Amino acid sequence: MTVPQPPTPPGLRVEDLAGNAARNRTEMVVRYALTGAAGMSVLISTAIIVVLLRDAVGFITTIRLGDLGDSIWNPRLGRFGVMSPILGTLWVTLVAVLVAGPIGLGAAVYLSEYASPRLRRIVKPVVEVLASIPSVVVGYFAIRFLAPEVVQRLFSGAPAKNLLVAGIAVGLLTIPLMTSVAEDALRAVPSSLREASYGLGAKKVTTVVRVVIPAAVSGLVAGLILSISRAIGETMVVFLAAGGVPTRPTSPLDGGTTITAAMAAVATGTDNVAGASNTFQSAFFLGLILFALTLSLNLVADRFVRRVRQKY
Amino acid sequence: MALVDSDLTRDLVRARIQGRQSDAAGAAFKGILVACLVTVLAALVALLISVAPAGLDVFSTRGLSDFLLRPFSVRPDKAGVYQGTVGTVTSAVLVAVIAFPMGVAAAVYLEEYASDNWFTRLVNLVIRNLAGVPAIVYGLLGFALFVNGPFSSLTGGTTLLSTGLTLAILVLPIVVITSAEAIRAVPASLREGGYGVGATRWEVTRTLVLPNAMGGMLTGTILALARALGEAAPLFFMGAKTSIFSGGDWFDLRGDFTALPMIISDWSTRPATKWNGNTQAAILVTLVLVLGINTVGIVLRNHFDKKR
Amino acid sequence: MSGGASTTTAEPGPVPPVYRTEDLAVFYGSFKAVRDVNLEIRQNEITAFIGPSGCGKSTVLRCFNRMNDLIESARVEGRLTYHGVDLYDRAVNPVEVRRRIGMVFQKPNPFPKSIYENIAYGPRLAGLARKGPEMDEIVENSLRAAALWDEVKDRLKASAFGLSGGQQQRLCIARALAVGPEVLLMDEPCSALDPIATGRIEDLMQQIKQDYTIIIVTHNMQQAARVSDHCAFFTTEVSEESDTRTGVLVEFDATQQMFSNPSDERTENYVTGRFG
Repeated sequence: MTVPQPPTPPGLRVEDLAGNAARNRTEMVVRYALTGAAGMSVLISTAIIVVLLRDAVGFITTIRLGDLGDSIWNPRLGRFGVMSPILGTLWVTLVAVLVAGPIGLGAAVYLSEYASPRLRRIVKPVVEVLASIPSVVVGYFAIRFLAPEVVQRLFSGAPAKNLLVAGIAVGLLTIPLMTSVAEDALRAVPSSLREASYGLGAKKVTTVVRVVIPAAVSGLVAGLILSISRAIGETMVVFLAAGGVPTRPTSPLDGGTTITAAMAAVATGTDNVAGASNTFQSAFFLGLILFALTLSLNLVADRFVRRVRQKY
Repeated sequence: MALVDSDLTRDLVRARIQGRQSDAAGAAFKGILVACLVTVLAALVALLISVAPAGLDVFSTRGLSDFLLRPFSVRPDKAGVYQGTVGTVTSAVLVAVIAFPMGVAAAVYLEEYASDNWFTRLVNLVIRNLAGVPAIVYGLLGFALFVNGPFSSLTGGTTLLSTGLTLAILVLPIVVITSAEAIRAVPASLREGGYGVGATRWEVTRTLVLPNAMGGMLTGTILALARALGEAAPLFFMGAKTSIFSGGDWFDLRGDFTALPMIISDWSTRPATKWNGNTQAAILVTLVLVLGINTVGIVLRNHFDKKR
Repeated sequence: MSGGASTTTAEPGPVPPVYRTEDLAVFYGSFKAVRDVNLEIRQNEITAFIGPSGCGKSTVLRCFNRMNDLIESARVEGRLTYHGVDLYDRAVNPVEVRRRIGMVFQKPNPFPKSIYENIAYGPRLAGLARKGPEMDEIVENSLRAAALWDEVKDRLKASAFGLSGGQQQRLCIARALAVGPEVLLMDEPCSALDPIATGRIEDLMQQIKQDYTIIIVTHNMQQAARVSDHCAFFTTEVSEESDTRTGVLVEFDATQQMFSNPSDERTENYVTGRFG
């Protein structure tokens, strides 16, 4: 060292820089409280998994595993054919995605690539209104309008309540989610890509279809997966509109039930929710399947969303 | 990735050379997109129209207040949604009171306090995934915790308190995510100013960050509240009543209760000839509540977006 | 040297330095942002940090009041003492450090509050005064010290955003002075201002220099030459193997000396405008 070490002036000691004790204490208490609040989410997730596992296992131990292969799901009668609600869920989800995927994507492309800012400002809130309509209201709409006015006109002889009606209505509910995720993905595509395409003399449609959409594909896939997950978890619409039929559906025009509707059905019929019977526990068994399905879909979607973030 | 793929370039060049300038494809494509958007709007209009007329009939023949102020009855012309409205509004208040502070606190932790460690990553992961858990699963959780579980002596079982707590857990991830976004939008220079004059982390958060993010956080919470208010699926497991019961008055947190979405669900399945009017009327009451709260949220958000 | 030289002359030697760094280096994660910083900051002087962008001068400045603590990946090696106390000692609270060592930032960043509340914010949190005449006095004195009082005394309750850029920056200086610091760190305080506002800030620095020790980071060599007593020149070195740029302190000397007769060729190239 070229400069000699100066003596510490009598003024300052380390303790002088320790800060005000009361303020330090407040800071520490707040930090603990906030950490605790954040930790709540971990507790909640743990509780969900513990609760589902506990009662699902409780349920499994009271039945013979072969019972799960039954063709009928009616736990009150001791019929545990789990394929009935699973197939019902698959049909409803398939229909819902066929409705929400293209329409939601189309609306998103229009809003992101074609609509003027003014039109966007008007249309976006309308889509948000659709998103905020309670699903039980959409369920009512399904049984009082979609079923008689749309589905039964197209397919005469279809029962009033069926998986197709439920699927279409769930699709309607899912459109806003699809639209908003897809729009975000499209808007994340840098305008330099569009300009490069126009620079080559490409028309708008060519630019959108061959440049913008391929560039946004990760986000669009994420939107689709999230829509699937949302459709699988929707309860009220299917509870009201699918018919609650306990057999395995063979076509979407059959009445049926789904994982969620079957769970709800277990808790209805009496105003007093029952406790530990295996009828009631079957809801937890279905809940575990539902949770596993939606969680894995959400994790996959998350992957795709991250890919979008990394790219741009 | 190449900026624009070479196939495209070739096609474009070929189109130019051959002089094909068909705009038909472009017009058709745009037409399809418009059709998608119109379908969405048409569905919304059809929905609103289909749930209105019979309900408005009920309001005009019985009077709005009669429908709003009467409890359950076996007679459609006497049945009202008083208990349901009370239950829905009360549980919404409970949700706001519980989920807002909890959600904001968690968001503050994540955005202002957390360092990049396993706990923070876990919390982030968990919150993102909780937001995607179906509502009915929260019903099971609420049942196992509050209705018939460790906290049932506190909540009284199938009560509004259980419902409020369950719905608060349901919307908590949404409140956290939107609050975190609002906090993230607060400019770093503001925080620096506070730290620069010797404010502690909490002082910076309390006096500078939170006031600045309040708009976004309130908006997020209000939108989450609207969602909780219309949610019916968890109520199956909360023991919401669908037939005559005594009680269900304002802030009767530990008694029997019901809520509007549950009433709609139950009345929809009753014989339409007698109950359709009431069902629609109940839907209208719910929509006014939900859409009203949503409008407040959206207006607030636009207001704060403009200010930024 | 035996303890307690009590004169406040600016002559090097007798007065112990305010700051002293020994082989100070700052890392962001595994990236070494700046290294080999050895310098002393003297009391009641203005010290300027100059150098091309990315040379780590702001990074070093932000160590001097532990502002770098707010960047999670930031890590400090070497030794940084403030009046002989290791600033990175475990017992040192960065909050207290920042109260004693004020900071003014590149862009004026007043709080979205009234002019009065901008100044009162720090003293209130530090418990120097609650409200009333005591606080009024702090506010007035701080605004006077920052040469802003006459311009704003009639609109103390008005929003700080109504002020011009230069006024906002002086408000930020007043805000920093209000908590009674000894040192003022200024991170390119004039880069967002026009020449007239810049001139007023430079005049102000000369005025308050008798009460404060000032360190200023600047891109502007003329500014450094105009206002500073000592000058530290930083530059970047590109590491061959990792292809990363690391800032390094090239020369630290009296400003006069540095601009007229630099000892390092790189300094000479920079101050004569041949590079940077």
